[in-house]
Amino acid sequence: MLVLEKNALSEEIENLVGEFGKDRSALLQILQAIQGKHKYISDFAQQEVARMMDIHPVEVNSIVSFYAFLYSEPKGRYIVRLCQTISCDMSGKEEVAEAVQRELGISFGQTTKDKRITLEFTNCLGMCDQGPAMLVNEKVYTKLDPETAVNILSEIK
Amino acid sequence: MIKTETLSKKRSGPVLFSEYKQGEGVKKALELGRENILFELKSSGLKGRGGAGFPTATKWMLTAASNSDKKFIVCNADEGEPGTFKDRVLLLEYPELVFDGMIIAGYTIGAKNGILYLRGEYEYMLKSLEDYLELLRMDNLLGENIFAGKDFTFDITIRLGSGAYVCGEETALIESLEGYRGEPRNRPPYPVNTGFLGHPTVVNNVETLASVPHILIKGGDWFRTHGTDKSTGSKLFSISGDCKKPGVYELPWGTSINELLNLVEAKNTKAVQVGGASGICLPKSQFNRVLGYEDAATGGSIMIFNESRNMLKILKNFMEFFVEESCGQCTPCRIGNIKLLEGVERIEKDDFTFSYINNLKELGRTMQAASKCGLGQSSPNSFISILDNFKDEIFGAKRKGEKNV
Ligand code: FES
Repeated sequence: MLVLEKNALSEEIENLVGEFGKDRSALLQILQAIQGKHKYISDFAQQEVARMMDIHPVEVNSIVSFYAFLYSEPKGRYIVRLCQTISCDMSGKEEVAEAVQRELGISFGQTTKDKRITLEFTNCLGMCDQGPAMLVNEKVYTKLDPETAVNILSEIK
Repeated sequence: MIKTETLSKKRSGPVLFSEYKQGEGVKKALELGRENILFELKSSGLKGRGGAGFPTATKWMLTAASNSDKKFIVCNADEGEPGTFKDRVLLLEYPELVFDGMIIAGYTIGAKNGILYLRGEYEYMLKSLEDYLELLRMDNLLGENIFAGKDFTFDITIRLGSGAYVCGEETALIESLEGYRGEPRNRPPYPVNTGFLGHPTVVNNVETLASVPHILIKGGDWFRTHGTDKSTGSKLFSISGDCKKPGVYELPWGTSINELLNLVEAKNTKAVQVGGASGICLPKSQFNRVLGYEDAATGGSIMIFNESRNMLKILKNFMEFFVEESCGQCTPCRIGNIKLLEGVERIEKDDFTFSYINNLKELGRTMQAASKCGLGQSSPNSFISILDNFKDEIFGAKRKGEKNV
């Protein structure tokens, strides 16, 4: 990471700490904000959060590793989460999964070379009456079939 | 006033999906006063709708009785049980019920702050919920001196989860709010004494809170006219799987599985999973059982499987879920779920003995007794009930038949 980028990130985290507060109870919100913008929380970002909030970096890392929606490794600009739980599974999730993998040339758990899309499985999204369902970042899509899923992913830039 | 009336509501039901005007319940609450609210709530018999079924009035009374100067009301919208989506419907279509319920709770227990803990998967609702809160502030239904002159100050903030099923457990949820890993605490102390940041805290399910305004307006006795003696009122059921009309239904407690299957037009049903992955799986012979705390208890998740489904595959899906979602804090749950999944995989490969299977069921019962929180205490339910109730398919003649095809 360039020095300039590091400075910008530090400033950004400083602002977040200013906004949410230095109290430990603000930690998850701060990490969520960094995750939302950068799609991951780098080691440097974790250290900066720890420094500014006066907690040990390992504490910050233990939070990042605990929550499924926080990542310490770079991810794509769009994180696609396909529901793998039973109701979606029974309504055709496997076919959708195969189609998007074929289309993007990556498997679940991987990110496209251009860093556009990360494919992941997730657990029940609360859309079981309208499966198969997936999230693209925070947006939810339901009643997917292989074709609609592929179309949705080809439209996002 | 907020024009909730203009939102077209096609749903109908005995309690939650009946007519309601935003603010009505709060107004009534302020007229009644704290003691009468608790009285109505107690006589209604309302119990927690998330699945655990703790009497709501007791929770509120315990917190109201504390003279701590800071208290919290937390609305648990971390709806993560597989097959559950009722809170989604309440938050999107009936936010006035949920927020009025929180305001009433705040007034009754003496809390100035309410927190809605929204699961990360529902982030897409955040904007509309925030907007709704802003409208409530403009109407002086939130903020200082709610309904002018009553000396009641209350506001609500929304906090997001980040993809952890275990945070639906109330003490794990509080840990998460405090900025820690969502690992359940030992209880006691209970949140009603030592909750968020050490202050007395009521944690209620979305549906529980949404029931309160109706109870105050129409009375606890009216509420009791719905449901059964031990399970009063109605329940939202999230119904998915093999049926023609999946969705959220409001039905009185005491409805039988058969009635429910008819309602959603399910055909050739082989099994019904009641209570999500952590619930139990019922075979046809038990479809006359009724939904309620006294018989088939559930937070509302109902998943329907027809004759074409493979029960072992379903069980595998559930066990994979628990292996992923166990927080890893206590050994019975962390290791136990892995062992149960291994068992399912060995049955799949025909690499097992019955003494091994019996050992696993015994392990499941140990997990039920020894796990620290509801996750590990309930995750063996589907393992045990599916292997017991569908043994012919999994171990017996039917399985052989399938193999010869
Ligand atoms: S099973 Fe996929 S959303 Fe619930």
